[in-house]
Amino acid sequence: MELFRNTNIDFLGKKWYFLGFSLIFSIAGVLSIAFWHHIPLGVDFKGGTLVDVKFANNPDLGKVRHAVDDAGYHDAEIQRLGAAAQNELIVRLPQRETSEQSLDRGRSEIIAAMEKYFGGQSGKLDLNNTGPSQIAKYLLEKDPLHLGTDATTRYNEIARQITDFRDKSRSGVLSSVNELNGAVPPQVVSALQDSAFTSQFAVRSVQIVGPQVGAQLRKQAALATLYSLAGMLVYLAFRFEWIYGVAAVVAVFHDTLITVGAFSLTNKEITLTVIAAILTLIGYSMNDTIVIFDRIRENIKLYRRESLSEIVNRSINQTLSRTVLTSGLTFLTVLSLYLFGGDVLHGFSFALVVGILIGTYSSIAVAAPMLVAYQDWRLAKTGTAAVPGVAGRRTKIRA
Amino acid sequence: MRKKLLPKTLFIIAVLLVFVYGIFLGTDPDKAIAAWKQQGPLGAIQQNIHLGLDLKGGTHLILQVAVNEAVNSETDRVVQSLREDLSKAGVTFTDITKPDPQNHPEIIAVNGVPPDKVGALRNTVSDTLQRYDLSSGAGNSYQIVMKPSELTTLKQRAVQQAIDTIRNRVDQLGVSEPVIQEHGLGDYQILVELPGVDDPARVREIMQSTAMLDIRLVIGGPYPDEQSALQNNNGAIPPDAVILPGNTGRSDQAEYYVVSRTAAVAGSDIRDAQPSRDENGRPDVNFHLSNDGGRRFSDFTAAHLHERLAIVLDNRVREAATINDQIRDNVQIMGTFTEQQTQDLAMMLRSGALPASIHYLDEETVGPSLGADSIRQGVLAAIVGMTAVLVFMLIYYRGAGVNADLALLLNLIILLGFLGFSHATLTLPGIAGVILTIGMGVDSNVLIFERIREELRAGKAPAAGVEQGFAHAWLTIVDTHVTTIVSAVILFLFGTGPVRGFAVTLTFGLLANLFTAVFVSRVIFDAILNRKERGEALSI
Repeated sequence: MELFRNTNIDFLGKKWYFLGFSLIFSIAGVLSIAFWHHIPLGVDFKGGTLVDVKFANNPDLGKVRHAVDDAGYHDAEIQRLGAAAQNELIVRLPQRETSEQSLDRGRSEIIAAMEKYFGGQSGKLDLNNTGPSQIAKYLLEKDPLHLGTDATTRYNEIARQITDFRDKSRSGVLSSVNELNGAVPPQVVSALQDSAFTSQFAVRSVQIVGPQVGAQLRKQAALATLYSLAGMLVYLAFRFEWIYGVAAVVAVFHDTLITVGAFSLTNKEITLTVIAAILTLIGYSMNDTIVIFDRIRENIKLYRRESLSEIVNRSINQTLSRTVLTSGLTFLTVLSLYLFGGDVLHGFSFALVVGILIGTYSSIAVAAPMLVAYQDWRLAKTGTAAVPGVAGRRTKIRA
Repeated sequence: MRKKLLPKTLFIIAVLLVFVYGIFLGTDPDKAIAAWKQQGPLGAIQQNIHLGLDLKGGTHLILQVAVNEAVNSETDRVVQSLREDLSKAGVTFTDITKPDPQNHPEIIAVNGVPPDKVGALRNTVSDTLQRYDLSSGAGNSYQIVMKPSELTTLKQRAVQQAIDTIRNRVDQLGVSEPVIQEHGLGDYQILVELPGVDDPARVREIMQSTAMLDIRLVIGGPYPDEQSALQNNNGAIPPDAVILPGNTGRSDQAEYYVVSRTAAVAGSDIRDAQPSRDENGRPDVNFHLSNDGGRRFSDFTAAHLHERLAIVLDNRVREAATINDQIRDNVQIMGTFTEQQTQDLAMMLRSGALPASIHYLDEETVGPSLGADSIRQGVLAAIVGMTAVLVFMLIYYRGAGVNADLALLLNLIILLGFLGFSHATLTLPGIAGVILTIGMGVDSNVLIFERIREELRAGKAPAAGVEQGFAHAWLTIVDTHVTTIVSAVILFLFGTGPVRGFAVTLTFGLLANLFTAVFVSRVIFDAILNRKERGEALSI
C-alpha cells in the first residue's frame, strides 16, 4: 500500500496561502495572548491552591459554591473536570498574600467546608476520607470477626482491601457502605454499617504552590525553551549551514507560538507538563525539517541546472510520503493519549496533538520556502545567486 | 549471497533475555519472585519498576531552609566572643553591631575604635577569626566579614543538616522509600517525597518536630506581654538578648521571656535524648551532649548556676528549667511534666534540631485513587496507541510491517527492562514518554522502508535495495534522534519529578530504538532475503 506516489505538487507556488494561513493562526494566538485570555498559567506557575474533589453523585454546583463561599473564598474558581459522569470538580484558590507558614490554610478550610456540606454524621468513621491505618485501628477496636488478641495482621489486611477496593474499583468514592459486600467479610460490612458512613465526596489531590516556587518555575521554563531553540540552531548550523539552522528554528518558533496561542484561545492552562510537551515538540518538529533539508542538499548536487525553488519543490514531493507517515504515526499515538490518557495528561497531549500537526505543516510551508526567500533576497541585494547547501561539509547522499 | 546471521541473532536473543529478566526479576530477584507468587507477574513488575508519587499516591514538598538564620547564629557567637577578646587585648570600641542581619548576616561592624588600637584589633581578628576578613569603613568603624567560601560552606552545611534531620524523623515514622534531597532548582531548598502519605495532618506531624531547637539562658520572664517584658528590664532589653514568646503549654495566658541571643548549646550538639524519671519518680528528660557541646555547656552552667535555661523551639520558649548543678555532658531536664510531655520533648531533642528554620514553598498531595486511575488510563492509552501503530504498519508495509512490529516490541521490552534495572521512577508523564517512544520509534522504520521502496522503484535488486535503504536512512535517523534527545536532556536538567520521568523514558526509549529499528530490523531483513531465491520480490 502506498499513499503518495510521484506526487508533483507546487508547494512553493502556494507560498502566499501558507503565509496567510500561518499569519492568521499566529496573529490570532498573539492577540489572544495580548488581549483576551493571556497565557493561562497552571497553578504550578501561578501559585495558589488547587483541590480536586470527587463526588459520589453528580454534585450540585450551587451547593459547592455555597460551601466555598462559606469558607470565605469568594474568589475561588469551581470547575468541572472531564465528563459530567465523572462527578469531579476542581476548586482553585488564587495566590494570597499570606506568609509561607499558612500556605496550606486554603486547603484545610476548603476540605472543612466540604465536610460540613457533603459529609455528615460526625463521630462516625468516614470511609471515603480515611486511610487504611485508621480503618485498621477502628476494626481492631470493634473486632467484628472476634479474633481476639492477635487480630492486627488480619484487620490491617482487611483495611487494605477496603481502601484498595475504594481506590482501584470505585475511583476513591464509595456511595454506600453496602458496596463493600463481596470485597470484605460480611461481618465486617455489618459492623461498618452501624458505625461508619460514606461521605459524598473524597479529596483526590491537592496542589499548593507558593509565590516563590511559581516565579522560579516560570523562569526555568522560559530558559529551558530558549536553550532548546538555541540547541537546535547550533546543531543544524553545524550539520548544514547557518541559513538552514535559522530557517528550521524560525519554523519551530512558529510552531511553539501557535501551540501556545492555541492554549490561550481555548483558555487551557499551561502547566509544567505542557512545557515538557512543547520542548519535546521543539525537538520532534526538527525531524521532518531535517529530512526535507537533507533531500534539498542532495538534489542541489544532482540537478545543478534547476532553480532552487524547483529543487525545493522536488525535494518536498520526494519526501512527502515519509513526512506524512512519520508524523501521522506519532500523531496516532498522541491522539490515543489525548483520548484515553485521562485528565491529568490532558494539557500535555493537547499540546502534542496541536504541535505535531503544525510542526509537520511548518516543515513544508515555512522552513523550506524560507530558503528560497533567503536566496531571492540575496539575489536582489548582491546580484549573485548563492545556492545554500553546496558548500556543506558533508556530501554524502542521504535519505 | 547469503549472510551469516547466527552471531547477530544470538546477540539479539541475549539482549531480549536480559531485558525480560529486568522487567520481571529486576535487581532483586528474590523479592520479585516472592511478589510473583503472591500477586502474579504484574506484582513482580510492580516490584521492579518504581512508580512515581503521581501514580502511587503520596506527598511532595519543597522546603526553604532559612540559611541566614544559621549564619546569624554563627556571627552572633562571634560578636559575643569578639567583645571579650577585644577587651582582653585592650581594644576599646563604642559598640559591635551587625548592620544588616536580615540580608547580610555575615557582616559584623566594630565602631569607634581609636586609631592607636587598630593594630591590636587587626592582630586579634587575624588570631581568633581566621575565617573572616577585616576591612576599614567610614570613620573609626571596621567591618569583619565572613569569607565568601566560608559563608557558602556554612549555608550548605545548614541545608545538609536539615536534610539529615528530616531524614531521621521520617525514618522513625517508617515511611517507605522517601526521597529527601537538595532541590537543585532553587537556592537552599529541600525536596521531600513521601510515598503513600496522603494525609496532610500526618505530614505536618512529620515535619513539625524538625524545627529549629537550641538551649539559651533565661534573663527574665515569663511576662504576660512584650510591654511588661520591656518594663521589667528598664525599658530596653540588653543588646545580647531577645524577647521570645513562650509556649510551655502550662497556662492559657500568653507568655513572653527575655532570653540570651546566643545559644548555650545548639540542637545539633544534642545526642540521644530519653524520657526517664527523677529520684522522686517524676517524669523528666535525659540527654547527652557532644564532646564539644559538653565543654561549652560545662563552662556555661558553671557561670550561670541557679539561673534558668530555656529550651527554644522554632523561636518559641517551650520549657524553662533551673540549673541546679554544673552540667558537663549528661543533662537532666526536670519540671512539672506529664509522661506524654517528656516523651514528646525527648523525641524533639532526639530528632535533632535544624540549624535554621524551614518554610513550606510547595506542597502536592496525590490520593491513591487518582494514581490508580492514572495508571489505568495511561496503560489504556499506551495499548490503544501501540495497537494502532502495529496494525497500520502491517497494512501499509505487509511483510516488512511484521519486521517493524517485532522491532517495536523489542524496543518496548528494552525500555521497560531498563526501568526495572535502573530503578528510574515511572511517572504518568513517563508513561506518556513510553507512548511517544512507540510513535517516534516507528518513524525510523518508516524512513528506512520508504528509502528501500525508492531504491526498489529505481530498479535495484531486493538485497541491494535493503542495503542502500539502511545506508541512506542511517544518518537521518541519527539526526532526528539527536534533536529529540537534546530537548529531552534540557527537560531533564530543568524539570522536576514527573517531568524528569518523562525525559528519562523518552531518551532511553529513543536510544534503544537506534538498536531495534536499525540493527534488529536489518537482521530480520537479511534473514528474509537469505531464504528468498535470487530476484524474488520483497514484501514491503
